[in-house]
Amino acid sequence: MNSVIRQYRLWIVLLSSGFLVSCGNSNLQWYVVSPMTETGRTNLMFLAGGLKYTLLLSITAIVVSVVVGLLVALPGLSSNPLWRAFNRVYVEVVRAVPILVLILWVYYGLPIVMGIAVSVFWAGVIALALSDSAFEAEIFRAGIQSIDRGQLEASDSLGLGYIDRMRFVVLPQAIRRVLPPLGNQLVYMLKMSSLVSVIGMEELTRRANELVTSQYRPLEIYTVLVLEYLILILVVSAGVRWFERRLERKDLR
Amino acid sequence: MMNSEKVNNEDSQPIIELVGISRFFGKFQALHEVSLSVNAGQRMVICGPSGSGKSTLIRCVNQLEKHDAGKVIVNGIELGRNKKKLREVRADVGMVFQQFNLFPHLSVLDNLTLGPMRSRKLSKQTATDLAMRYLERVRIPEQADKYPSQLSGGQQQRVAIARSLCMEPKVMLFDEPTSALDPEMISEVLDVMVELASTGMTMMVVTHEMGFARKVADTMVFMDGGRIVETSPPEKFFTAPESERGRLFLQQILQH
Repeated sequence: MNSVIRQYRLWIVLLSSGFLVSCGNSNLQWYVVSPMTETGRTNLMFLAGGLKYTLLLSITAIVVSVVVGLLVALPGLSSNPLWRAFNRVYVEVVRAVPILVLILWVYYGLPIVMGIAVSVFWAGVIALALSDSAFEAEIFRAGIQSIDRGQLEASDSLGLGYIDRMRFVVLPQAIRRVLPPLGNQLVYMLKMSSLVSVIGMEELTRRANELVTSQYRPLEIYTVLVLEYLILILVVSAGVRWFERRLERKDLR
Repeated sequence: MMNSEKVNNEDSQPIIELVGISRFFGKFQALHEVSLSVNAGQRMVICGPSGSGKSTLIRCVNQLEKHDAGKVIVNGIELGRNKKKLREVRADVGMVFQQFNLFPHLSVLDNLTLGPMRSRKLSKQTATDLAMRYLERVRIPEQADKYPSQLSGGQQQRVAIARSLCMEPKVMLFDEPTSALDPEMISEVLDVMVELASTGMTMMVVTHEMGFARKVADTMVFMDGGRIVETSPPEKFFTAPESERGRLFLQQILQH
């Protein structure tokens, strides 16, 4: 955590001083989100209450999208042109749909197609995961392709089959290489989860919107929202870096 | 008991038999209908100028390179599209590469036990015992817990040899095993190979180390332009090569 503070020192100073200066502006009514007042505390608790769903939604979606992304990436590396075509079509089509459009389509359209109701949460997960899986697939494909041919030949010469080769030789090395872009996608997912507010998911953005309609203080409330995302993402990227360093220590290349 | 039958089998037919194999890279023909056979216990050294097809030839034996025509028969099994058979054959054929190709994310011990545990379905304990035995044989048991990047080139290549030996192969292929090494590390790898030859291992070695060839080989194969030009016992090849091209080649590499 210390290293994070050091790393983002400049930003913390800039943002907090901006915050303090604007506190003096009489047009701003910070009391609505001030921890010093009763109302402010209640409102802040209400806003922070969305954190649970933002996290739950993003983490579930990233896990699903990594799995789906890998399953889409592997056919893309096949020698069979049909498998490769499947990979290309999936990536191109899914990547072309805007996330917001996908969320609306999954929530309002999928129940009609499938004949089952999809809850707001799962609609959000499906839409985010689907959309992200196309990007994950490309990240994995690049990572796997970057593994030296000699590694494959060594596995072949030991009589390993495709699954063992992937599981023990290729993927452990590829994951290490794609960790930075995977971290990127996780941050991206956290931000994009705000879009699920449009179908009524009670996450951070939705909570802020609801508070704004009752308190009429958009600037103050949305400023808190910005800070909430900022802190969340700083913590997450520090976590990703920590994980990267931990893996590096094991593999002294 | 059933061993006698197996030995008979090996006596009656070669372990490796290449029949008229050709290999193309686009329009370039790397191998021109090459035929060759290796018997149990035979130690064959293949030499020739670069681009003569010797690496391609040895890589065809375990099908890292697919042949475009002809037959590759290993252990009595003709290699083609059958992936299961191919995997069985590969497990019985050890291969040592110029660039070692150790798995950088695994410790030395894990490099050695991966094949036996996954291909041979040995238990972790049995595989570890096996690995330690072969690490002692290549004289670096103390490096078992290190990662490949922490070892010198010579040590890495010895680990790679041990990794192949852990599969208890019927034949070992060496594809220029010392070409990527610093000069002072070549002998430690060659020593291990000489020792291996003395145990009766069947070996097929592509190398420019003529000293090693003289000491270990019972058959010299000289290749040029994707063809086998000459096959002779080493005494003959090094003193009076049959072919003019072989004579020139020896002159060039032995003159310094």
